[in-house]
Amino acid sequence: MKLRGKPEPLLIRGGRVIDPAQGIDAEMDVLLADGVVSQLGHGLEADGARVFEARGLWVVPGLIDMHVHLREPGEEWKEDIASGTRAAAAGGFTTVVAMANTRPPVDDASMVNSILARAAEKAVVHVLPVGAVTRGLEGKELAEMGDMAEAGAVAFSDDGHPIADAEVMRCALEYGCVFGKPIIDHCQEPSLTRDAVMHLGYWSTVLGLRGMPAAAEEIMVARDIMLARLTGGRVHIAHASTRGTVDLLRGARAEGLPVTAEVTPTHLCLTDRLVHDTWYDTNTKVNPPLRAAEDVEALRRALAEGVIEAIATDHAPHHLDDKDVEYNYAAFGISALETAVPLLLTELVHPGLIAPGTLIERLTAGPARILGLGAGSLPVGRQPAAGSAPVVAGCRRVGAGSLRVGGCADVTVIDPGLERTVDPERFYSKGRNTPLGGRKLRGWPVLTVVAGHVVMRDGEVLA
Amino acid sequence: MKLKSRDILALEEMPREDMELILDTASSMKEIIYRPIKKVPTLRGKTVVTLFYEASTRTRTSFELAAKYMSADTVSIATATSSVQKGETLKDTARTLRVMGSDCVIMRHPVSGSCHFLARVLDIPVINGGDGMHEHPTQGLLDMFTMREKKGRLEGLRVAIIGDIYHSRVARSNIWGLKKMGASVVVCGPATLLPPEIEKMGVEATTRVEEAVKDADVVMVLRLQLERQQRGLFPSAREYSRLWGITRERLNLAKPDALLMHPGPMNRGIEIASEVADSPQSTIEDQVTNGVAVRMAILYLLLGGGEEK
Repeated sequence: MKLRGKPEPLLIRGGRVIDPAQGIDAEMDVLLADGVVSQLGHGLEADGARVFEARGLWVVPGLIDMHVHLREPGEEWKEDIASGTRAAAAGGFTTVVAMANTRPPVDDASMVNSILARAAEKAVVHVLPVGAVTRGLEGKELAEMGDMAEAGAVAFSDDGHPIADAEVMRCALEYGCVFGKPIIDHCQEPSLTRDAVMHLGYWSTVLGLRGMPAAAEEIMVARDIMLARLTGGRVHIAHASTRGTVDLLRGARAEGLPVTAEVTPTHLCLTDRLVHDTWYDTNTKVNPPLRAAEDVEALRRALAEGVIEAIATDHAPHHLDDKDVEYNYAAFGISALETAVPLLLTELVHPGLIAPGTLIERLTAGPARILGLGAGSLPVGRQPAAGSAPVVAGCRRVGAGSLRVGGCADVTVIDPGLERTVDPERFYSKGRNTPLGGRKLRGWPVLTVVAGHVVMRDGEVLA
Repeated sequence: MKLKSRDILALEEMPREDMELILDTASSMKEIIYRPIKKVPTLRGKTVVTLFYEASTRTRTSFELAAKYMSADTVSIATATSSVQKGETLKDTARTLRVMGSDCVIMRHPVSGSCHFLARVLDIPVINGGDGMHEHPTQGLLDMFTMREKKGRLEGLRVAIIGDIYHSRVARSNIWGLKKMGASVVVCGPATLLPPEIEKMGVEATTRVEEAVKDADVVMVLRLQLERQQRGLFPSAREYSRLWGITRERLNLAKPDALLMHPGPMNRGIEIASEVADSPQSTIEDQVTNGVAVRMAILYLLLGGGEEK
């Protein structure tokens, strides 16, 4: 990580501390010193520390986004590690999990090392790399998962591509089991989604666009659940998007299978109708596609109940040139890091659909649990890069989604009442591809602290 | 009278008054087509560009003749021989045409929504000449014009649209237009060629052709695109023809004075039998003539012909 030296002590005073991992939701002070949470309590003395007055604000563990595309190496005009992690900081995230579909893909230990080295030099938040499941993301031969796990990969995924061959998925689960990392699958039966650009339903009928049936996702989710049962391997469903997927997950959970899932803010808050109401705005084009209202309904319920344990953005930045074209020719993806928190608060928390504690759990302890970021599970045989602060580097001592005393000082402060209009031109991400431009949202992050370093304050990235 | 619409993109979003104004104006335009000297000076000095990314005979010709009959200059861009082949984006091509001084762009494009995209880029009127599987609004208008001309009304008509509804921009434009004008619509075809939830557009849907045709005032047959067979959406043209082809027997189930329509080009002997295509009930040639009249009306209304003092 780019952050060097010893951070100044910081007292975050009088905020509403929400730390679901410790069952805390109360007004408290948080003292950060030497890059760790040093005290948590009432009436703490500043004792020389800088003070951040947090009255009326939420003080939460640093948010973890377990699904982002940083595009480096290979597509730096869309995003790079510096811009992507600054976008994360702006959005309140202290840890991002970087998907393997770069060019070349992260499919061996040297690529994992390369991502970690680049992050050590340029990142302003923790970057945890994902390794590919198969060589070249081709879905054929297994990549060297053992090597990558040792180098620091926290999970395996061919995200962007489904693992279409059931035998390959079975082997990946069996072989990968040993390393204790989940296999994150982008579930989509490819023969059902050929040339499709949005959800199959009424609006695709009206717009004359080829639709992806919900069944394309559900078939592969069902298959993966069965393969988890067969192999005992850990499956994590990326960006769950349909009601049927939720039903399948509920069944898997009831059976006690090692299957987890994430959902994006996009799929929790927007529906396929938006493609129509924006007359084919290509910023609505995303994979999986914006789904029907009944799907959104089911996803929200699953999130509230814990059937879905994590919210992840699937931040997919693209250049304007990739989007400023006809709908079918536009790239899939939404630049989501900088709008996730205010969108979720505006659409889910303020209307009373999701409790604040639940939302924060799904953005902190939930992903930490899925990735095994709890105490003792990291580091995986990796030492901090030379020259960086002793406190954190690469994946070492990442805040595990909690404000436990002694843990890494990753903290996010959110002002639940702050209202602002989304202005993509002011994004830190290079990707301005959002369908939310111009929308007024309420509940923005105002402070992001990574390993004790203040990297964002009042929306401005300082690192 | 002026149109509320700045562009002609989709009948879904076109107000009923605009449709009525276009149909009424087209009636007076039609007379010009039968004059010995088919030329009025209405659009002298205006330049109309047709930009077609897909093959077309009648739509492009129809637009060009409509413009020429009103003395506009026309330029047609065939994408096969243009800079599009060098990888130029639609946006850049459109802007190039604009800065050369064109007053209106008529576009056909294989991707749904492209005309909306073009209209966002350009500050001159855009007319949709067919965008992907979305809409073909001028076809919808000329079909309605033909029905109104022959039946004297649109309100209360029962219109059966038979064939590949899924991929048909003609069907979508007709559905929106006819619904707004008070007609009822039933769509029919093999289940693989009926898009999901189409009933929510306010139509009946059935796979049984006899049921669809029964008591119809208008039977509109769509062109079967034979390449759909390659994708496995139906097993053979032979079976399609046997189960959904419009024959004399099937047409007899409709009202005795029912109209038989087809947007062309036809696959004779597949979706439509020659006996009915060439029968007095067939309006297929009227549709072509009316297409010119409707497009004259649209160009006239959009290009400010109505504003001249």
